[in-house]
Amino acid sequence: MSEIQSARAEILSRIRSTIDASRAGAAETWQAIPRNYRQRSTLTSSEKLALLEDRLQDYGAGVHHAESSQLASVIARILHQRNKKRILVPRDIPPTWLPVGFTFVPDENAAYEAIDACDGVLTGCLLAIASTGTLALCHEPGQGRRALTLIPDYHLCIVEGSAVVETVPEAIHLLESRKQHPITLISGPSATADIEMTRIQGVHGPRVLDVVFIS
Amino acid sequence: MTPVKECAAPDFPTAALPLLHDIQLRSNVRHATDVIQGKRFRVVSEMPDWQSLRETGQRTREHTLQYLDSYLEQFEERCTAAGGHVHWARDAAEANRIVVQMAQNAMGRAIKIKSMTTEEIGLNRALEAAGIQPIETDLAELIIQLGHDKPSHIVVPALHKNRQQIRELFAYAMGQPHLGDRPEDLTEAARLYLRQQFMHTPVAISGANFLIAETGGVCIVESEGNGRMCLTLPRTLITIAGIDKVIPNFRDLEVLLQLLPRSATGERMNPYNSLWTGVHPGDGPQEFHVVLLDNRRTEILRDPEARETLHCIRCGACQNACPVYRQTGGHAYSSVYAGPIGAILTPQLALMKEGQSLPYASSLCGACYEVCPVKINIPEVLIHLRGRVVNARPKYLRALDLEAIAMRGMQWVFLSKMRLQLAQRLGRVAQIPWIRRSGWIERLPGMLGGWTRTRDLRPLPPQSFREWFQKRSPLPTEVPHE
Repeated sequence: MSEIQSARAEILSRIRSTIDASRAGAAETWQAIPRNYRQRSTLTSSEKLALLEDRLQDYGAGVHHAESSQLASVIARILHQRNKKRILVPRDIPPTWLPVGFTFVPDENAAYEAIDACDGVLTGCLLAIASTGTLALCHEPGQGRRALTLIPDYHLCIVEGSAVVETVPEAIHLLESRKQHPITLISGPSATADIEMTRIQGVHGPRVLDVVFIS
Repeated sequence: MTPVKECAAPDFPTAALPLLHDIQLRSNVRHATDVIQGKRFRVVSEMPDWQSLRETGQRTREHTLQYLDSYLEQFEERCTAAGGHVHWARDAAEANRIVVQMAQNAMGRAIKIKSMTTEEIGLNRALEAAGIQPIETDLAELIIQLGHDKPSHIVVPALHKNRQQIRELFAYAMGQPHLGDRPEDLTEAARLYLRQQFMHTPVAISGANFLIAETGGVCIVESEGNGRMCLTLPRTLITIAGIDKVIPNFRDLEVLLQLLPRSATGERMNPYNSLWTGVHPGDGPQEFHVVLLDNRRTEILRDPEARETLHCIRCGACQNACPVYRQTGGHAYSSVYAGPIGAILTPQLALMKEGQSLPYASSLCGACYEVCPVKINIPEVLIHLRGRVVNARPKYLRALDLEAIAMRGMQWVFLSKMRLQLAQRLGRVAQIPWIRRSGWIERLPGMLGGWTRTRDLRPLPPQSFREWFQKRSPLPTEVPHE
């Protein structure tokens, strides 16, 4: 412990020997950093949705639309097309989302093998960023713990139309109140370009991602 | 534990020589850097506010170094409050010792997220020496590990290997003689190979892209999901980060998460960004350690003209843009940090004694500065470090230095029109025996041979610009108005 303490003291004192003693407060200096980049959207909500759809498709994700009253039937159609039957869900997922004819397994702290044995996972998300095609999960009710949206090979994510922002700064602003949560930003299915810079969809995370926009 | 010792590296021109004759490697590097540059150009061009983002990025990094002590203390306090453990390491040996000690009860193995910092400190060798098998989980790092190779790029470490070479490696190491060589086949093989490791290995080791002082949180940016696996599934997570990785506030991510992916892989956003703060009950590792590594970063901080080296967010854009890197690939730099950023970072991390030739491994064209998302003026730092290399030599040697004498001679020639013209005429005659049939000079004698060792040279033209200018036909006389 004393060795660690002395490493700490030594590193900090080396840093302090390089520092201007007359410096102003860190907070006010940080506040003064100019921010002339875009921080607010100029798009209408339908333009934002169109942009998000374009970006997600660019990553190879499937995009679907649903009226909130028809959500369950749209989910049923997608799962049927993908041939997924046994679907993991967070415990607190809205029951109205779930169609009949499929096995929905609520997550009761399932072991990794049990998660792996499911065909896929269905969750909501906190928000989506149109300009980058990004879904943000902060792993609160309806979004599941992190392993849930990671181990299965298939992820179906529901996005409320009102939760779509255009720019990254708008998203970070909304995430401020949850900055202590674990946060996962997902932009398309997992991918790699490590072999000859050829983009291959699907390595260790879900290889297939479907997104449903609720209007 | 045996101390990890780096063997003395050859200088850049010597290391580059065999690589320049490796046609396969050069075509792999050229292809990969062309593709990333094309993608980067496309997604940067669509950003009307790119220059403003770079400006804020640069100012943020500069600000952070001015308050580095208080941001590190703040990070430590907040991370600890959230259930994490913070350790400090003065150098590579100390960092390795801390990690090995914490990984002792790891059942003999640990899964790893790609981390240049752990490459920098030689962590894998230290783990192996302690009987702990490190398992690289990033596809490129797996290729490097299975091939007993070294990374050649910050973001795409195996970019010097093509699909057939990777197939051979995987087929042998994974015992799959019938493996195909499509990237899909190779990716699938890696997925199956690693899946059980992810679910059953109790300890993971990672680097970090950002440490957030305000929250005590860590951010990791990745593509494959191997990062998420490592930072979510094991019981214990150990993160090693240079002290330069700290950022002041959560809000700074709104700039850095725009700059980094577009610069690094040419994507609008990389597939996965993960943020976590200490330990989250019921979700992810229940034991979390961060090792804050100095390893001479505080020395870099001390040099006002070179400290912007620490602004780097490790996107690798400078490597893809560099005309020198694009010829040699990363191995010529004999360091985990190659390319322009490596040419300024390596000599400063490894004392000026080693890597002395690296500040010269540049034509100072400035392409690296142009693409740098946080506007590090790499050419200026290179020139500053060249000065430090020269000044580090004893004074009496400097007076006798042939290069310095030659430079003074050049100065004398360039100061007079007569002398310059005479020198040009002499050169035109003297070069005749050295011009090959191809029209290029491929080899020069004596000290000048250093230049042609790795380059071909155009001969002096039969007429200089001055001569042409004097002999040109007179300009048409001005036509008067009206």
